[in-house]
Amino acid sequence: MPSPAKKPASNEIKRPIYLDYQATTPCDPRVVEAMLPYFTEKFGNPHSRSHFYGWEAEEATENAREQIAHLIGADAKDVIFTSGATESNNLALKGVASFYKDRKDHVITLATEHKCVLDTCRHLEMEGFRVTYLPVGKNGLVDLDTLKAAIDDKTVLVSIMAVHNEIGVIQPLAEIGKLCRAKGVFFHTDAAQATGKIPLDVEAMNIDLLSISGHKVYGPKGIGALYVRKKPRVRVNPLINGGGQERGMRSGTLPTPLCVGLGEACAIAAKEMPAEAKRILALRNKFLKSVTGRLPEVYLNGDLDQRVPGNLNLSFAYVEGEGLMMGIKEVAVSSGSACTSASLEPSYVLRALGVGDELAHTSLRIGFGRQTTEAEVNFAADLLVERVSKLREMSPLWEMAQQGIDIKSVQWAEH
Amino acid sequence: MAYSDKVVDHFENPRNVGSLDKGEASVGTGLVGAPACGDVMRLQIKVSPEGIIEDAKFKTFGCGSAIASSSLVTEWVKGKTLDQAETIKNTDIAQHLALPPVKIHCSVLAEDAIKAAVADYRAKHGDPTIAPADKAAASQGSKP
Repeated sequence: MPSPAKKPASNEIKRPIYLDYQATTPCDPRVVEAMLPYFTEKFGNPHSRSHFYGWEAEEATENAREQIAHLIGADAKDVIFTSGATESNNLALKGVASFYKDRKDHVITLATEHKCVLDTCRHLEMEGFRVTYLPVGKNGLVDLDTLKAAIDDKTVLVSIMAVHNEIGVIQPLAEIGKLCRAKGVFFHTDAAQATGKIPLDVEAMNIDLLSISGHKVYGPKGIGALYVRKKPRVRVNPLINGGGQERGMRSGTLPTPLCVGLGEACAIAAKEMPAEAKRILALRNKFLKSVTGRLPEVYLNGDLDQRVPGNLNLSFAYVEGEGLMMGIKEVAVSSGSACTSASLEPSYVLRALGVGDELAHTSLRIGFGRQTTEAEVNFAADLLVERVSKLREMSPLWEMAQQGIDIKSVQWAEH
Repeated sequence: MAYSDKVVDHFENPRNVGSLDKGEASVGTGLVGAPACGDVMRLQIKVSPEGIIEDAKFKTFGCGSAIASSSLVTEWVKGKTLDQAETIKNTDIAQHLALPPVKIHCSVLAEDAIKAAVADYRAKHGDPTIAPADKAAASQGSKP
């Protein structure tokens, strides 16, 4: 939509700068390149055992499996393809819970997990399982003693995400894994936001199940993977029955091009992660310093140090998040405020961190990634500083704060 | 969800942003909404001795639709009597701005802001028939 406030003096509609890499990432062109032959000439069904077309496709999916396994320090045979991290999380939780239900009935997770884990846990509760939703600290991290105390002799599974989608915090995976292994409890981690962003090693971290998403790691949408440990063996009941593909855990013909894409994305990540993480971290730090150096009352949500390089979650006090996003529409980010989602509640994640609703409504998630340039970061920081200042001038709350009125002392009519 | 052209226009070129002296007898102030709900509107009206709203200012904490709704009502109330201003309905605001269903509450808040500002003015002038509007959160006039 054309607008007088638009910066570039150009008649064509300019695409906003993309700073929402936790929502999704663009497919790396090298990934697309690797996928292309498998749509057309190499179109075979990887499960066709009797001819060249099938063998060719199978070789491609097995190579992709190796590439994925390599990135997480796993054996390729323990990796199965799914449609994405939502399915992987569903399979891990429901599959494990239902397989072991005669002996164990208890699952532990965090109050801040992704909706696909929380909703799956609600489903398990309806089926009679007990679920403990652990609180997190103000920094967003789980307390290991709290976790330890929550494990009982009927606990079958602990599911804790590796990197948080909203606040980017990295949970202490190795410590959680060690604790779970010692207690004889399976450890599942949703690594959708962690894969290719931080080093992962299912052996060193004692991870038994690990969920991967294709489109969060510069791969295609519609593909994911679940690592399921074989030694010591983790059993899962399948959600999808059929021809018994993926060792019976996930029937259905593998989408060869998507598998190849995910594999290539993982191979690129394995090669480039150290340099990329360093570059993105520098950009993020520059952005943060640039914004907080010029704007007062900006608060970071989630731990700064235990955090994935490409994420910031900031509250811009006295400026509502959705209004702010509209004010910086030259940049694509997402908001922790209510109005963007169907519900009018602010983020349950920020609430779990103890962030007040009034501050949660002012938060933005800003994500940096592979294509982010320094010029984009500078532009976005300048724009944010300018527009937050402008919107604060329009905010009655900012005016009250400047006059020394405590917003909390006012009796508001909640509506 | 794309915003309507009118919402974008009011958001980018807000009318009558600012403050009037809440201590002045001719000024009525309405402060509605709540920070925890993500929107707060403050509407101020300046009323002439003849009972006509001759100026209006707003400040709003909220989404684009909330800002646009309050900007719009500052334009609408000017030149009206208090009674006329009170006839402005949220449905008129929502229709004019083409607000989607999830944003109707913004227009409701703007209507509440008008009522609260008028009630504050009337209270200052000792009109006993007027109670503060139901949803008026707090009159900033009564705060230190």
